[in-house]
Amino acid sequence: MKMSGMAKLRPFDWRHNPGFGTFTALMIMFLYAPLIVLVVYAFNANRLVTIWSGFSLKWFMQVVSDGNIKLAAETSLIVAACATVCATAIAIAAALAFERGWNFFGRGIAVGVVMIPLVVPEIVVAITTLIFFSMLGMTIGILNLVIAHTVFCIPFAMLPMQGRLRSMGAAYEDAARDLYGNEWRIFRRITLPLLAPGIISGAILAFVSSLDDFLISFMVSGAGNTTLPVYVYGMMRQGVTPEVNAISTILLLISTALAVLVFLFSRPSAVSRTAGAAASAVPSS
Amino acid sequence: MNLKAFAIATGLACGLTAGFAASPAQAQSAGVLHIYNWTDYTAPDLITKFTKETGIKVTLDTYDSNETLLAKLKAGGTGYDLVVVSNDFVPIFIDQKLIQPVNAADMPNFKNLDPKWQTRSWDPKAKYTVPWQWGTTSFTYDTSVYTGPVDSLGTLFNPPAAFRGKVSMFGSPSEVINLALVYMGKPICDTTPADLNALVKLLEDQKSSVKVYNSDGVSDRLVSGDTEIAQVWSGDAARARMQKSMLRYVYAKEGAIGWMDNMAVPVGAPDYANALKFINFMMDPKNAAIETNYAGYQNAVPGAARYVTPALASSPEFNPPKSLKMVFTHSCPALAIKDYDRVWTLLRQ
Amino acid sequence: MRLKTTLLLLLPAVGLIFLFMVIPMLISLLYSFMTANVYGGVTMPFTFGAYVQMLFDQDFSGNLTFMPDYLLIMLRSVYLALATTILSLALGFPIAWYIMCQTPARRTLLLTLVTLPFWINTLIRTYCWILLLRDSGLVNGFLQYLGLIDHPLPLLYNQPAILLGLVYTFLPFMVLPIYATLERLDPRLVEAAYDLYASRWRLFQRVIWPLTKPGIAAGTVLVFAPALGSFLQPDMLGGGKQLLIGSLIEMQFTSSRNWPFGSALAMLVTIAVVLALILQSRRRKVMEARA
Repeated sequence: MKMSGMAKLRPFDWRHNPGFGTFTALMIMFLYAPLIVLVVYAFNANRLVTIWSGFSLKWFMQVVSDGNIKLAAETSLIVAACATVCATAIAIAAALAFERGWNFFGRGIAVGVVMIPLVVPEIVVAITTLIFFSMLGMTIGILNLVIAHTVFCIPFAMLPMQGRLRSMGAAYEDAARDLYGNEWRIFRRITLPLLAPGIISGAILAFVSSLDDFLISFMVSGAGNTTLPVYVYGMMRQGVTPEVNAISTILLLISTALAVLVFLFSRPSAVSRTAGAAASAVPSS
Repeated sequence: MNLKAFAIATGLACGLTAGFAASPAQAQSAGVLHIYNWTDYTAPDLITKFTKETGIKVTLDTYDSNETLLAKLKAGGTGYDLVVVSNDFVPIFIDQKLIQPVNAADMPNFKNLDPKWQTRSWDPKAKYTVPWQWGTTSFTYDTSVYTGPVDSLGTLFNPPAAFRGKVSMFGSPSEVINLALVYMGKPICDTTPADLNALVKLLEDQKSSVKVYNSDGVSDRLVSGDTEIAQVWSGDAARARMQKSMLRYVYAKEGAIGWMDNMAVPVGAPDYANALKFINFMMDPKNAAIETNYAGYQNAVPGAARYVTPALASSPEFNPPKSLKMVFTHSCPALAIKDYDRVWTLLRQ
Repeated sequence: MRLKTTLLLLLPAVGLIFLFMVIPMLISLLYSFMTANVYGGVTMPFTFGAYVQMLFDQDFSGNLTFMPDYLLIMLRSVYLALATTILSLALGFPIAWYIMCQTPARRTLLLTLVTLPFWINTLIRTYCWILLLRDSGLVNGFLQYLGLIDHPLPLLYNQPAILLGLVYTFLPFMVLPIYATLERLDPRLVEAAYDLYASRWRLFQRVIWPLTKPGIAAGTVLVFAPALGSFLQPDMLGGGKQLLIGSLIEMQFTSSRNWPFGSALAMLVTIAVVLALILQSRRRKVMEARA
């Protein structure tokens, strides 16, 4: 709305934008539409998703008794947990090095290397990783998967931490140094607690990425190590039964619970710091 | 330095945990068997029965195509004791030394096999493989959509207007091209330029009626009505028909593709002996029937016929007419593969 | 922090990624210069064949002809990835803006809402879109129930469906970085602009947009790169009638058994994305230098 001629001192709250709220609500509905379908049909008595035959818990019962899908879910969770722990630890070190470390020659390249997993086409990574593993003669079962997952989880874990380190500033740490604190103590008592929201966000991002991965797990997994996405992909051949809906609903419940926990135990600004990560971290070099 | 130690210590701890998680799977009691098969292709009852009889614990992993299996084994994927390979790929696997001899002819249950399947062109002495399931590939259509007479693959490749936009074809080039060649009456692995150009034209003309090129969920889409005519395997067609009786599987006058999937043992299998036990187990009529009842396809053991459920045993998909021209495909030489790749890319670009 | 400590801290990350990602990529690069083994894998001799194949290929009579198909596929993929990015931006910016204008407690709630779907497997969520969009799906069923249409609309197995799937998957990746920059937006700047009689549009154009460019840039990279190489959404939602580069690469490793060509294509995609990254990082450096 262009204002014409004379100045009009109309009080306008720039935060109030009509229509944006409705728009956002619509978009959130858009984001949740498939999830609603997912959950609703987990309770459908009929195997076919097109016909509703009544409310039933039988698919949940089947999940509990089906060894294969449970094994796949377990494998996914174990791999995700291990990969998250490793990736987060490694990412903390790397984030500290990038944000608080010496600005050495080749730092840009190092940042680039750490970001590589984000930009490379997955299918190629999947096959060449498998080739590389077999070249090395590494066939250590689930560990292969954990290593492959850790690698691509590292940048996901690192981004929120970098953002957090940047926005929290080195002031406190510098002050502690002036007071003759030693490095380890400073890290433990000051940096780590302040960094905590970033660590949590990074760990969550890493965990979710690992759970979600399909192509790499498809290729790299060995016997008895099928992950859930690979298992579900296989089910799509013959048509997915609502068993998949049931197990996804269970996973959704778990992740909602986790999200609520994170929400309750972290400061309100933590989530925005998470978001702050990507903006500052990704384009920098 | 302390920070680095912290990171490495965590990594090590994690690795150890993962290692512990992995090791129970390796624990040997009566042993383990790692089966790697197509999805939804191994009857759960079979596995339960096998474990009960032998005490061997079975794990099942799945893949979606021969090509994926080939790529994975070639790239060094290991840990599998039993794989299932289609007939046209068996010579490739043998040639590339990806599967090892099992000498099935020496197994006690070998005599149960139908004599005509004891020698197969892709594995004459049954040295490497034993039949798992076999069937035909043709097409199924919804009789309520089109009521005219249908006895030719032409209905699939030159669909009448009623099927416009409702055709489903497989997503793998070999399946689509082989069936098209059967329709055209040309030999498999044909590389005559004139024939190839005709093939491209046929498929491109069909494309405007095709809704999906995908091998997954074929019967699902037929039952839901998203597609009304589809290239399909016999067992899948039977399953679809049982949910929607208007569907009809067609044995065309030009013929149908015949295929057979075979059990094989990869080189480097950790539990070779257990794999052999399972192969022998599968040649028992009762067990072959369990698998057939589950997957809906034929098996190679005549004695199993009396254990197959009547509904399946009498279904048209299960009983190809004697007059049917069944064309068993085989893998093509390099030039043909390249040409078909080009056909496929041209088609789907 | 001393140089030695810095390098030691970086060692696990860089080392691991170098070992298990850079080296495999180098293997892939090597493969792209070799010859395809008939049954998969590669063999000698070394050749540029794979790269030549991107433009020239043998037709059925054995003559080398210009084949624009692969270029076409690449262009189509780039177009789709760009469309995804632009659409995500157009949809994501208002969402980020709205969230920013809320109270802090509300913000956290909204952000959690926006990111929660991300927890469910992409594969499964994409499958649910099939359930929604297909002829016998819920959307068509609903529209028919309302009497708005007689025959089901072809909502699935075409390019718009792929676009929808891609935007759906990558929207949070755009919203979060933009939100992050918006959150640090100094409200005084906005108010100052208003004091100087700027209209809403002017406000956006001169104040908000320039300040959020870093966030937009970050979101663009986080969406464009994976969208370009995506394989699942085109495969499941596209119906397979038109190839995209992700599916083309996958094909080379399976049915085409042409690993060198697959590797060469992957190199192409990687270079495209790396270039985009470098360009965008240069721009940011220039902007930061100016500030």
